[in-house]
Amino acid sequence: MKSKADIVIIGGGIIGCAVAFNLAKKGMRNIVVLEKGFLASGATGRCGAGVRQQWGTLQNCLLAKESMTILENISDYLEEKVDIELKQRGYLLLSFSEKETEQFSKNLQVQHSLNIPSRALTAEEAGEIVPILNTEKVHSAAFCPTDGHANPFLTTEAYAKAAEKRGVEICTFTQAKAIKTENGKVKGVQTDKGYIETGRILNAAGGWAYEIGEMVGLKLPVFSERHEILVTEKVPPMLDPMVMSFSYNIYCQQTPNGSFVMGHGPKNEKPGHNVNSTWQFLEAMAQKVTYLLPDIKKVRVVRQWAGSYNISPDRQPIICESEQLPGYYMAIGFSGHGFMLGPSIGVYLSELITGETPSYDVTLDLGRFARNESIAEPSVV
Amino acid sequence: MREDDIIICRCEDVTLGTIRELIRQGYTTLEEIKRIARCGMGPCQGKTCTPLIAREIAAITGKGIHEIMKQNHRPPFGGVTFEEIVSGRDEE
Repeated sequence: MKSKADIVIIGGGIIGCAVAFNLAKKGMRNIVVLEKGFLASGATGRCGAGVRQQWGTLQNCLLAKESMTILENISDYLEEKVDIELKQRGYLLLSFSEKETEQFSKNLQVQHSLNIPSRALTAEEAGEIVPILNTEKVHSAAFCPTDGHANPFLTTEAYAKAAEKRGVEICTFTQAKAIKTENGKVKGVQTDKGYIETGRILNAAGGWAYEIGEMVGLKLPVFSERHEILVTEKVPPMLDPMVMSFSYNIYCQQTPNGSFVMGHGPKNEKPGHNVNSTWQFLEAMAQKVTYLLPDIKKVRVVRQWAGSYNISPDRQPIICESEQLPGYYMAIGFSGHGFMLGPSIGVYLSELITGETPSYDVTLDLGRFARNESIAEPSVV
Repeated sequence: MREDDIIICRCEDVTLGTIRELIRQGYTTLEEIKRIARCGMGPCQGKTCTPLIAREIAAITGKGIHEIMKQNHRPPFGGVTFEEIVSGRDEE
C-alpha cells in the first residue's frame, strides 16, 4: 500500500470506483481506494439494479440521463470491452390515483425538457407493455423505454479495473480507522494496514458515511436504514420493464438472467446498520407482488437479503467539499439511488476535486439545508 | 474430459476452469467469485458448489477452509413459491 497519496477514497462501491476512474483519467496520480470488504460489498452490491431517468426534478433527470448515456457506451467510455448486463426495456411507473397521475404529468414535462423519451400511458396501455400486470386499480402509468437494468457488481468491477489500469491502487479488505487532521486540514488516513499521508479524502462510504464523518468530528445529517429485497429462481422472460409504484410501494424487475428482483421501502424501520432478513418482509412482498403480477405466484423465492439506504434530510445526495475542513470531500446520503446516479456523479465529483468547472449545473452541497434549499424530489421509493 | 470443463456450480453452469482463473486473478473469497461468475446464485444457493470452490481457493492460496467459509446464510432455506408464502398466512 502507498504511504503517500493525492487522494484517499473511502469506499469501494460505485461512487468510489467511478470517482477514482475519472480522477485517474484526468491525470491525477497516487489515488488510493480503501474498501473494508470486497468491491460493491455495501449498498451498491445490495441494490435493486435499476437505472431510471424518470425523475421529478431537473437535476435528477439530468444526472440520471447522463449516467444512462455513460452506461450505454460503457466499453468506449472505459476503453475496455466490458459487459455490465445492461437491459433497456424500460421502467413502468404505476399511478393509483388522480393525484399521482397529476404528479406524473408534471414529471413528464421536466423529463421532456431534457429529451428523455418517457410518456404517459393509460392503464390499458400499461397492460399491453406488461401483459401479466393486474391493471384493476391502476389509474394511469408513465413509461420510459430506455430505462432499465445494469449489474451493480460488474459495473463497479469495470470501473475498478479501468481505474487500476490508470494507476489507481484499490485496497480491498482494508479499513479506514482514523483520519488525521492538523490546523483544520486533512493530513492522512490510518488504516488497519498502515498509514497514508494525504491532503484530500473522499467519504464515499455508503451506509457508513456518518461514521466516516465522525472521524473528523463532523456530524453529517445522514443515517442508515435497512431496506430488504429478494430474488427468485430464473424463469423464462415474462416481464420486460421494471414495474414500480411509489404509492403501492414496490419495485420489481426480471433481470437478464431470468430471476426476479423486488423490494419495497420499510415502515417504522429504526436507523442503524442492521441488514438481517425478516419473514415479515417475505410475507408482505409475496402479498403485494401476487396481487400486482398474479402469474408470478408459481415462481420460487431463493434468497432474501438487505442493504442500507444512507438517507439525507431531503433524500437526495450530498456532494461537496466540507466548509469546516478543506480537503474533506463527501458523496453521501444517496437515499437509495446511488447506483443509478453513480456514473454522472463520478464525473461531477472529479471536477469538484480538481477544481474544474462542473459539467452539470446542479446543487448538491451540504449548505443547501441551512439555506432552506432542500431538493423537492417527488419520485423516491 | 479436461479437468477445467468440470461443472462446479450446476445451477449456473460454472466450470472449474472459470473458478481457477478467477482465483488466479486475485478473487480469493467466495463472495467475490460468486458475484462475478454467478456460482451459488441459483436455486440451490451454493449448497453444492460452495465447499468445492472453498477447496479450490484453499489449494491455490494456502488459506485454511475455515478462513474461507465465512459467507452469510440467508433465508429461505430452500426455494419457496410466492403462492405457498401467501397461502401460509394466518387468516385475518
